[in-house]
Amino acid sequence: MNDFTITGGTIVNPVDNYYGPGTIVVKKGKIAEVRKGKAGKRGNVDASGLLVCPGLVDMHVHLREPGFEYKETIYSGSLAAAAGGFTSVACMPNTDPPLDNQEAVRFVVQKAKEAVVHVYPIGALTKARKGKELAEMGDMLQAGAVAFSDDGNGVQNSVIMRRAMEYCKMLGVTAISHCEFDDLADSGVMNEGAVSSRLGLGGRPRIAEELMIAREIMLAEYTGSPVHIAHVSSAGGVELIKQAKKKKLRVTAETCPHYFSLNDEMLESYDTNLKVHPPLRTKKDVNAVKKGIASGVFDVIASDHAPHAYEEKALEFDYSPPGMIGLETSLALVSTELINNKVIDWLEAVRLMSTTPAYILNIPAGKLKAGEIADITIIDPKHEWTFTEDDIKSLSKNTPFVGKKFIGRVVRTIVSGKTVFELK
Amino acid sequence: MKLRSQHLLGLEGVSADEINLILDTAVTLKEILSRPIKKVPTLRHITVLNLFYEPSTRTKISFELAEKRLSADSIGFAKASSSVVKGETLLDTVWNIEAMKIDMVVIRHSVSGTPLFLTKNCSSKIINAGDGCHEHPTQGLLDIFTIREKYGKIEGLRVAIVGDIKHSRVARSNIWGLKALGASVAVCAPTTLLPYEVEKMGVDVYTRIEEALEGADVVNVLRLQKERQSAGLLPTLREYSNRFCITTERLKYLNKNFTIMHPGPMNRGVEISSEVADGPFSVILSQVTNGVAVRMAVLYLLSGGVGKIE
Amino acid sequence: MAETKIMDTKGIARSINRITHEILEHNSGAKDMVIVGIRTRGAYIAERLAKAIKRIEKTELPVGAVDITMYRDDVTIRLEQPIIQKTNLPFSIDDKIVILVDDVLYTGRTVRAALNELMDYGRSRCIQLAVLVDRGHRELPIRADYVAIQLQTFRGENVIVKLKEYDKEDAVILQQNNGGE
Repeated sequence: MNDFTITGGTIVNPVDNYYGPGTIVVKKGKIAEVRKGKAGKRGNVDASGLLVCPGLVDMHVHLREPGFEYKETIYSGSLAAAAGGFTSVACMPNTDPPLDNQEAVRFVVQKAKEAVVHVYPIGALTKARKGKELAEMGDMLQAGAVAFSDDGNGVQNSVIMRRAMEYCKMLGVTAISHCEFDDLADSGVMNEGAVSSRLGLGGRPRIAEELMIAREIMLAEYTGSPVHIAHVSSAGGVELIKQAKKKKLRVTAETCPHYFSLNDEMLESYDTNLKVHPPLRTKKDVNAVKKGIASGVFDVIASDHAPHAYEEKALEFDYSPPGMIGLETSLALVSTELINNKVIDWLEAVRLMSTTPAYILNIPAGKLKAGEIADITIIDPKHEWTFTEDDIKSLSKNTPFVGKKFIGRVVRTIVSGKTVFELK
Repeated sequence: MKLRSQHLLGLEGVSADEINLILDTAVTLKEILSRPIKKVPTLRHITVLNLFYEPSTRTKISFELAEKRLSADSIGFAKASSSVVKGETLLDTVWNIEAMKIDMVVIRHSVSGTPLFLTKNCSSKIINAGDGCHEHPTQGLLDIFTIREKYGKIEGLRVAIVGDIKHSRVARSNIWGLKALGASVAVCAPTTLLPYEVEKMGVDVYTRIEEALEGADVVNVLRLQKERQSAGLLPTLREYSNRFCITTERLKYLNKNFTIMHPGPMNRGVEISSEVADGPFSVILSQVTNGVAVRMAVLYLLSGGVGKIE
Repeated sequence: MAETKIMDTKGIARSINRITHEILEHNSGAKDMVIVGIRTRGAYIAERLAKAIKRIEKTELPVGAVDITMYRDDVTIRLEQPIIQKTNLPFSIDDKIVILVDDVLYTGRTVRAALNELMDYGRSRCIQLAVLVDRGHRELPIRADYVAIQLQTFRGENVIVKLKEYDKEDAVILQQNNGGE
């Protein structure tokens, strides 16, 4: 079905700041027309009561291929993305071998052709992500990388980060920073606080994250380079970024749904699905993250989708790798925790989950505009549902949200004019 | 009266009534240890697996003796000579042994939360013999038993716990148990060895030993691991000893009729002087004897049957 | 529930007196004798027997008490473990005549448990059983040597012994089921 018209829905188009009735005409996989106002004739796709948005963009996912295909593959991850309403994802380079050279990037670009959504590789900043020597970012950019990061870990050495940021500036792309100093984090497995003291689990203090956020902001200011702060979890981090934006520095910031819906007290269950880096923080931090989202401190909400196999999560807490999947629950959490509680509205949500990440990565996405690829996400904002294991399309099931009741769900995901996910 | 949980994972949240039940039971069971035949047939229908993933002398032998005195079948597990060296996971290990029909698992492990993890994935009753830095409930219980044996009560006593509180499961279990029974608890350590926001556990916090000992009835001295120096938490053990070692000279700050305790093994001269450890106010060896009785009590109370009620 | 008082304070005192004489007669005195009561009420009766023997023979016998909880045979089917009380046998029973005392002899399982426990303490010359009430319905081949009252009872009935030391009064009461509620 390459040619069709979507009518009856509410268009949510941050690029125009438009939230209202409208019609989308799709011809040959591209958007032919975007008409505002109520439709005259009923189109073939009836979106009554639904929201029609530019396809969502998740700029922080781990697709595990090459090397860890037992956790996820580019293809299986794309199915999960489609089920979550994402039409584009950018995948991190902590694969095996890592994406630190043009061949590796080309491999992902090639595999992406079989995926049901657009997949863009993020290359490593340093060789093998070791943080010691710059990787061949120029070659990787030519091969199709859209940004660079050593994500999974922060760049521990400050002069290396400075040079990486300056190099990215030259290439016209953003360096993405996983902000955590390993020495301060001291091999901890959860937030350092009164809870970690009671539970006897090693703590990762918030200053391990905040100190590196402060570093990246100062490097951005000093060198004039752009930097994107990934997965911010703490109140202190929100405050630092707020000040950086006041100074109009080229700093963009991202947070994840788990940082506004879960807190460290839940670790009493020692559930390894709650183990993540940076860790879940206190209720105070959760509130600060929500305020940061409401006040525009954050530019992006991304999932940090991190699949791990069952036998890796069914281990003693210290031995289990950190991370949770998130593609299938990201939008539902935004809808249930933020929009339902009036922290933000749908226009802002789509800006955070589509328009701005597309802009930062400089990929053709995030706008409903004539001439653009027909990547469209249709959402039922009132749909009440309970998330079960059967809803998980990812190869891995490591999520703490099974059994959670949500309000709001993706009902249809359209990539290049083709429906890649439809809720039955 | 019975214990609320079918497992013993820790003393946090355990009520004073339950603790007293365990202690009272231990009093009567202690008598068995001085009989000519140190055995009663009560638990001969129970098989207990002692799953020790961390080395231990005291606790392991204490549990084994407690099990045997109650006529339970006791099977041991030494990590180094097991399939763990072949990479077998904890769950696979337990499931395989459970397939041989066991009733209880006594587990000691270096990762906090592992006993709770087992309760969610296995069918046996679980007794925590020490998990990471989290809890060591039977040690807490035998410490409290020993204090109660001497003073007749716990309420109103002041107990000072001195040592590496940050990494101590013994400290945490003691804090929960003592507070449940109405004692006031002080912790004392160099700042680098205090847990974050430890005062939120309801204890008074000191970094000077004289202040911690002032007005205390009981001092529970914790072992200082030599590795803490190489981990950068302390400059030297010598300096720790200078500032924190429980010496005869420092005993003057304590209340009359004080008590010295130590969970063992001791680093003589580091956290406690030999004089004090072997002196007349030390109950360190009583703690060990009481440990068997307390563990017998725990095994007995958790071993309720599964069939008809009278 | 209908209650009948079978015996009162005087009656119990007379019975204990009679049993004491029987014990002394059967054993030609109190030489090498010890008295062990089964907790809880058997222990008090044991004390009373010892006092009586002291009065008659002018001899003070060692008195002990056993708690048989750890030797019960129903340990695999009870959901809750019963509270244990202390066994107090601060003397040797080797080569002694042990007078084992209990308040009510019914199925015989309690006495069986007490016998097993005593065996673990040593090898007595012999063990003789003295009970206040024998209510029949044995489930094991156990019999008492000295009985104060022999009662015919039905299985649904209860025999309750009250002792001043524990229950503030002395009485032996038979509770009968009326059939209805």
